Amino acid sequence: MRLNTQPNIAAPDDFYADLIAAHEGLSDDDSAALNARLILLLANHIGDREALSEALTLARQPG
Amino acid sequence: MIHDRYQLAFKLYPYERSSDQDAAQPVRHPVVVMGGGPIGIATALDLGLQGIPVVVLDDHEGIGQGSRAICFAKRSLEIADRYGAADKMLDKGVVWNLGKVFHDDRKVFEFNLLPEDGHKFPAFINLQQPYFERFLVDRVRQAQAEGAPIDIRGKNRVDSVETHDDHVRLNITTPDGPYTIEADWLIGCDGASSPLRGMMGLDFEGRVFEDSFLIADIKMNNQDFPTERWFWFEPHFKSGASTLLHKQPDGEWRIDFQIGWNIDRKEELREENVRKRLDAMLPGVEYDIVWTSIYTFQCRRMKQFRHGRVIFAGDAAHQVSPFGARGANSGMQDVDNLGWKLGLVLQGKAPERLLDSYHEERAYGADENILNSTRSTDFITPKSKTSHIFRNAVLDLAEHHAFARPLVNSGRLSVPCTYDGLSLNGADALTGGPARTRPGSPCPDAPVGDRFLLGQLGGRFQLLTIDADAPDALDEDGIAVTRVALSASDDPTGALAARYLGDAPRAVYLIRPDQHVAARWDSFDASAVRDALRRATARG
Ligand SMILES: Cc1cc2nc3c(=O)[nH]c(=O)nc-3n(C[C@H](O)[C@H](O)[C@H](O)COP(=O)(O)OP(=O)(O)OC[C@H]3O[C@@H](n4cnc5c(N)ncnc54)[C@H](O)[C@@H]3O)c2cc1C
Repeated sequence: MRLNTQPNIAAPDDFYADLIAAHEGLSDDDSAALNARLILLLANHIGDREALSEALTLARQPG
Repeated sequence: MIHDRYQLAFKLYPYERSSDQDAAQPVRHPVVVMGGGPIGIATALDLGLQGIPVVVLDDHEGIGQGSRAICFAKRSLEIADRYGAADKMLDKGVVWNLGKVFHDDRKVFEFNLLPEDGHKFPAFINLQQPYFERFLVDRVRQAQAEGAPIDIRGKNRVDSVETHDDHVRLNITTPDGPYTIEADWLIGCDGASSPLRGMMGLDFEGRVFEDSFLIADIKMNNQDFPTERWFWFEPHFKSGASTLLHKQPDGEWRIDFQIGWNIDRKEELREENVRKRLDAMLPGVEYDIVWTSIYTFQCRRMKQFRHGRVIFAGDAAHQVSPFGARGANSGMQDVDNLGWKLGLVLQGKAPERLLDSYHEERAYGADENILNSTRSTDFITPKSKTSHIFRNAVLDLAEHHAFARPLVNSGRLSVPCTYDGLSLNGADALTGGPARTRPGSPCPDAPVGDRFLLGQLGGRFQLLTIDADAPDALDEDGIAVTRVALSASDDPTGALAARYLGDAPRAVYLIRPDQHVAARWDSFDASAVRDALRRATARG
């Protein structure tokens, strides 16, 4: 697998708090739109088509 | 009249008439502690063991029933050990390391606290709060017998205070009527709803969380539940939006259901309704209910912990959510921090402004605790649809992928903070020294011979030398510093070297009376040590 599924973010609680804070005060639709923009930004940063395909596959599997 | 606001678990300080009640003029005491909860009693122990006369006033005659705190952290045990009160806690407490996290009907993952070797105390013990408090009071009794000037006065309710520049006057109600005393210093340890804060008109601001939690402590004759912390998000048995199960001594279990904001407290606390939740969670299990309660919480602190001659500690100064066990544990660190500072000021060995560093350091600690407990609360009880979707996405992913597990937050468990960048810290001049023992850090324990390092530290300023030379004693304006001389070879496991030397061949540490690092160097230099000592006592 090319996708890294091991912990890779330093100070994960800080990141998570920022992520939730970014949505503060938004309507559900605006939040969904923010998420879409966020995914596109991150996908572009990753670039690696194979890793992105793997991520799409994993994300389609619900818990 | 003076009525009990809660039932007692242990009646330990029945009302006795004090000679102060018959004095013609209000008697002046160096230190009065308002509130005999864990933090007030620990404060009295710290000061009393230094030989400082201290009076504790509590409006009850003992320890309240209902366990409230159950998780006591390593640092609290280390502090209690410095007071000589930890052995009984450790004997009675339940040690646990494994936690399991569930979502709905699936186990998401499990974690092990993986306690580091070479410490006298485990990462946590579970112990009902009344036991923790009783062991502190037992130690007070023993210390009194050895001459420690501690006076605990039950059924002494403080009704009003008058603050002056150099003392505080307290008006007290007892079963025999009112009387008045004065204190050079008043320590407010009167709990989260602190009447003292109210009497002084002081702020207590922060965030209110709109959720209620139902606690049930139960006794089960069932050994199938292991000694682990089990946490459910959105459990399939539907007894709460989240649920926690945790083992306590005496065959008791703590169960904590998140039940929402708009509830009828009285209705929810009816035994049949509590049993409905418990039965859904524990089908076929027989149990007795020991204690139930509903709590809500806030994350907030006072803007200032010191107001002239009045100093606040424990829940009176700051309040956090219970997730992470940071309430009593952080209060114990307040006591640890305040005791030596007040001692030096009372002995005239440090200026009063040393007490401002109590606020600086412990408000910093409170902010760290509030941040952590707020984040846990936001994860456990998401406040918006989007936050809820993210939370459940993390739980879904955590079941299969390691990366998501560090994001699961069912409480970041209490660890003491490092006073980074604060004004008492001296030089960090140990080349290659480990980050965990930088100035401001609480000293980590380590094995030394057949004993432990922390047993040799605390209660006064000390020079800890490891394979380094230094004088055995020095004196700076009346403050004595004694040396603890060790060698890396005292600990064949290498823990001492890893925690205190890092890449350095030798080290000299100046350690504060509360076992925090004040400064550290490659080698002993008299004037550098004096500078650091002056700084650490606010004389610099
Ligand atoms: C459900 C729950 C679970 C918790 N779990 C944990 C945990 O696992 N770990 C942890 O560390 N903490 C935990 N806590 C927090 C912990 O219980 C508190 O932080 C701790 O009790 C604070 O101690 P204290 O001495 O500051 O205040 P308190 O224990 O509230 O004591 C205050 C004392 O002051 C007295 N008093 C009040 N007014 C007056 C007056 N006018 N005159 C004289 N006396 C007065 C009171 O009677 C009382 O004895 C939990 C709390 C709750 C509610």
